[in-house]
Amino acid sequence: MDADKNFLVGVFDDEDAVLKGIKKVRGAGLKIHDVFSPFPVHGIDDALGIKKSRLPIAAFLFGLTGTSLALTMQIWMLGYDWPMIIGGKNFVSLPPFIPVTFELTVLLAALGMVATFMIASNLKPYSWPRQFDVRSTDDKHVMAIDLDLNGKSKAEISQILKDAGASEVNEKNFE
Amino acid sequence: MQVTSVVRDPLVTGGKTVKDVSHDISRQVEGKPTRSWWIAMAISVVLFAYGFYCVCTVLWNGIGVWGLNKTVGWAWDITNFVWWVGIGHAGTLISAILLLFRQKWRMSINRAAEAMTIFAVICAATFPLIHMGRLWLGFYWALPLPNAFGSLWANFNSPLLWDVFAISTYFTVSLVFWYIGLIPDFATIRDRAVVQGNNIRAQIYNALSFGWQGGAKTWMRYESVALILAGLSTPLVLSVHTIVSMDFATSVIPGWHTTIFPPYFVAGAIFSGFAMVLTLLLVTRVVFKLEDYITIYHIELMNIIIIVTGSVVGIAYITELFISWYSGVEYEGYAFYNRVQGPFAWSYWSMMTCNVISPQLFWIKKIRTSIAATFVLSIIVNIGMWFERFVIIVTSLHRDYIPSSWTGFHPTMFDIGEYVFTFGLFFTAFLLFAKFFPVINMAEVKSIVRSDSEKPHHKEGLGA
Repeated sequence: MDADKNFLVGVFDDEDAVLKGIKKVRGAGLKIHDVFSPFPVHGIDDALGIKKSRLPIAAFLFGLTGTSLALTMQIWMLGYDWPMIIGGKNFVSLPPFIPVTFELTVLLAALGMVATFMIASNLKPYSWPRQFDVRSTDDKHVMAIDLDLNGKSKAEISQILKDAGASEVNEKNFE
Repeated sequence: MQVTSVVRDPLVTGGKTVKDVSHDISRQVEGKPTRSWWIAMAISVVLFAYGFYCVCTVLWNGIGVWGLNKTVGWAWDITNFVWWVGIGHAGTLISAILLLFRQKWRMSINRAAEAMTIFAVICAATFPLIHMGRLWLGFYWALPLPNAFGSLWANFNSPLLWDVFAISTYFTVSLVFWYIGLIPDFATIRDRAVVQGNNIRAQIYNALSFGWQGGAKTWMRYESVALILAGLSTPLVLSVHTIVSMDFATSVIPGWHTTIFPPYFVAGAIFSGFAMVLTLLLVTRVVFKLEDYITIYHIELMNIIIIVTGSVVGIAYITELFISWYSGVEYEGYAFYNRVQGPFAWSYWSMMTCNVISPQLFWIKKIRTSIAATFVLSIIVNIGMWFERFVIIVTSLHRDYIPSSWTGFHPTMFDIGEYVFTFGLFFTAFLLFAKFFPVINMAEVKSIVRSDSEKPHHKEGLGA
């Protein structure tokens, strides 16, 4: 049997139950594939041992790109490529370039970060996700355990999930 | 982590569970549109169609069909533009600034307010586009593209060009912020459609949700994205109306050339934006039976923001008036004397009544917790804010430096028609949104219902 195909799915009724459940399941030495929730549960990343997101760094770098792009564009266009006398003002002066620079910084930071998020989280409009339990977008918290990665029998894993507070345990196979 | 506050009132009433939230909000998307929705839609489409005819006439004949003249070269077009952009300030303010301040009451109202923002900004953008006359050439005028006759670039020293960047960035970032919030809710509707066996709806909402699953890591990244977008949007909201005010403040026209304009415009924008959010939500909560989600408490909090921003606007009016006298500049002094006493005094006093006096009524608790009073006052505030822009623009222009060119201003049916067009556009878009998209952010509200309403709420402990 290959990994990433056969799962046991524990269904938890609320966020307190799933947080306690994660600690117990990990304490019993099981590897959790993922936990699906209808809303963000605070503390779940620590419980699962997920590292902090690096998206802020991506946003900063995209923002920096926006700032440099905007300044370069304005200075080159109005200062070098086609200098125009406008009310006798300097060809290149920073204050009137600030608004466009600010806007492009924000624009690139926002769009770049969101695009990074979409790609990193594999969000695409044309793909149908693997659904472990459709109730995970309604009111249940769903924990998926890969049967082939844990070296324990189905019955053992099922018992661990039930002991951890799962209200039901189902098997889910993907082809 | 589930702390029930003994001090604060619950944000969601009626003892709703997480499942109830999915059901109450998704029901609207899944059912057939109601009779009142069809009636409202029909009216909006008629307004839109009439307005579209007027817009086409303006494009065909040129803006000469408007009531503008040589002295008053800017009137309803820019008034309506600033009015709509101002309205568009509430949505992103609610979702961004209130998120940074951890104001959880934003959660039931942010979705509809952001939708309103996006549609209001689209309405605003139609005015400068049409005012350009040949808007298909506008790309060369408004964007930094080399034009056909040489590499002559756009003028980055002009506040009008800053406006192009400010409005388009604001629109794009608000749209992205709004859409990111919608993704998990679209997945909820998709999964409900799977259960109900509606394959077409499941496919459509899956595409809209980008195949959202809601894994722990994705949620963590998602929250990170929301927080940074809020951080980016906060200065953005403040920058947009600041830059709009610079269209006036950087000119040398008496009544416009003032440094108070940026903060005064931003306060006015939030003031009018909240008024429009109230107008729309008071109707939406009744039509879609959302009284447990958008409660009197929400309405009261929004009314308090209206008192604060309305008072800031009032102080700004009085400061302006005082400075025009105190500066000793006779042109500045005359511009304000003319506003208060001249042929457009009726619009000045309408503005003063609607914006300065009427929001002060919200100091009375009975009025700010009354739905009928809030509804009426929210409309009065928006009428007042329209007059504010009209007063600033037309009264400063119609009596310029040379008395021989003094004139009046009368709108034609095409000035009015284009305003009607944006109302048609706005309400058509809002009604479509309200029917096909979840009007309340389900995922966010789900995260607060348990701590708020499942456990009994009691205040006994307070006296000790």
